[in-house]
Amino acid sequence: MSKKDIIICRCEDISLQDVHDCLESGYTTVEDIKRILRVGMGPCQGQTCSHLIQAEIAKFLGMRKEDVLFQKTRPLVTGVSLEAIAKQALKGEENE
Amino acid sequence: MNKASIVIIGAGISGLSTAYNLAKEGMQDIHVIDKGYFTNGSTGRCGAGVRQQWSTKMNCILAKKSIEFFGRANEELGYHKDIEFKQEGYLILATTEEEDLQFEKNVKLQNSLGIPTVKLTVEEALKVVPHLNKDSFISATYCKTDGHVNPFLMSEAYYLAAKKLGVNFHFYEEVKAIVIEEKTIKKVVTDKGEYITDKVLNAAGGYAKEIGLMAGVEIPVFSENHEILVTERSKPLQGPMVMSFSKNIYCQQVPHGSFLMGRSNPYAEISHDISSSWEFLDEMAKTVLHILPEVAKLRVIRTWGGSYNISPDRQPIISDTKELKGFYMACGFSGHGFMFAPITGELLTEIILEKTLDEYANELHIDRFKDKDITVFEHSVV
Repeated sequence: MSKKDIIICRCEDISLQDVHDCLESGYTTVEDIKRILRVGMGPCQGQTCSHLIQAEIAKFLGMRKEDVLFQKTRPLVTGVSLEAIAKQALKGEENE
Repeated sequence: MNKASIVIIGAGISGLSTAYNLAKEGMQDIHVIDKGYFTNGSTGRCGAGVRQQWSTKMNCILAKKSIEFFGRANEELGYHKDIEFKQEGYLILATTEEEDLQFEKNVKLQNSLGIPTVKLTVEEALKVVPHLNKDSFISATYCKTDGHVNPFLMSEAYYLAAKKLGVNFHFYEEVKAIVIEEKTIKKVVTDKGEYITDKVLNAAGGYAKEIGLMAGVEIPVFSENHEILVTERSKPLQGPMVMSFSKNIYCQQVPHGSFLMGRSNPYAEISHDISSSWEFLDEMAKTVLHILPEVAKLRVIRTWGGSYNISPDRQPIISDTKELKGFYMACGFSGHGFMFAPITGELLTEIILEKTLDEYANELHIDRFKDKDITVFEHSVV
């Protein structure tokens, strides 16, 4: 199977070929690759792709996967609409 | 040990732009040092808007010149991708009589400098952004040539162009000391090595003050956390950035489809904190629901923070200093370093190569704060 057909990040539609090209051009950390390719910036926030990218970096640099630094985890844990957050906040103010 | 004609501290957009411009002028042995990953500082955390609607003449001039560069950046830098320069305008809402009067003045100033801003009634503004809550503002200003640039890709475009011209980059390397003997810079010491040099550019963003102190130069800036969030993608919904200083919001849909939005925290303390808070999320959500209810239907997927490096008059310091020859600085952008970066790099190159500066640019010197009351102050900041 061609590396172009292997999807690494489903949210942003990034292939294994894209990741390898990024590694070849000198970006060799999860944080760097995230900013160049947008991997891990979609709705799942890297829950699928980050581990795969970690493994590709490890292979590329000849390291153990667990020694490759992971990206910083940021809120939120899951997507929540602004409207829902606002209404909850306004309700909280009324109760005060 | 490396020999450097200049050491640039910080590979954010200001450092990158200056490195590129210096190399283009033929300078060799330029070394750029950054303590983290690519665009780890304020550049990679910014709101990605580029605007020319300011209340001070200086900021208007810097912004206009930078916008002109963004228009030709892909071509000039020979970038193989696209910096995603989108010119669909900024719509700035006035919500009080006082703000309406100030905007009247702003538009006059901007027009006198060739910036095509127009003042709009509520009805006219609704034609530009139909989903605005018509009861949330009383008038607006609109400049159609303002817009958006992707900070990661703009940085990469400068980075690759600078590398092609021979600039050396050192990421994950932290500057620990600037060694000075007899009022002359001798070397820069990092956690990985030393660089013999007599010139240093402080482009350290949120850490500009600390880098200044390493060289014994006091810079009157401070850092403050500004939070921001991004939503899931949606179909094209909103062309312009919608902004309000009094309601404390900026909100734009980027070409990728996500909305980016932020606000300042009136209780923020001076610090290097860049964490996320639930208070920000609550306040942001309430403001969006009020002004742009349609946008509030989207889900938030991530929040983060970044440092504004703030100067006393909210205008940048692009300068050398009489206190130490060979020490230069690009700091105090007060949240707008990304959008001013093209002109920042050009001006610093002129300063460093000791060329004659355009008259206006002399006012960016750090000496403007010495024993003087600040008379000009930028009000148009979120």
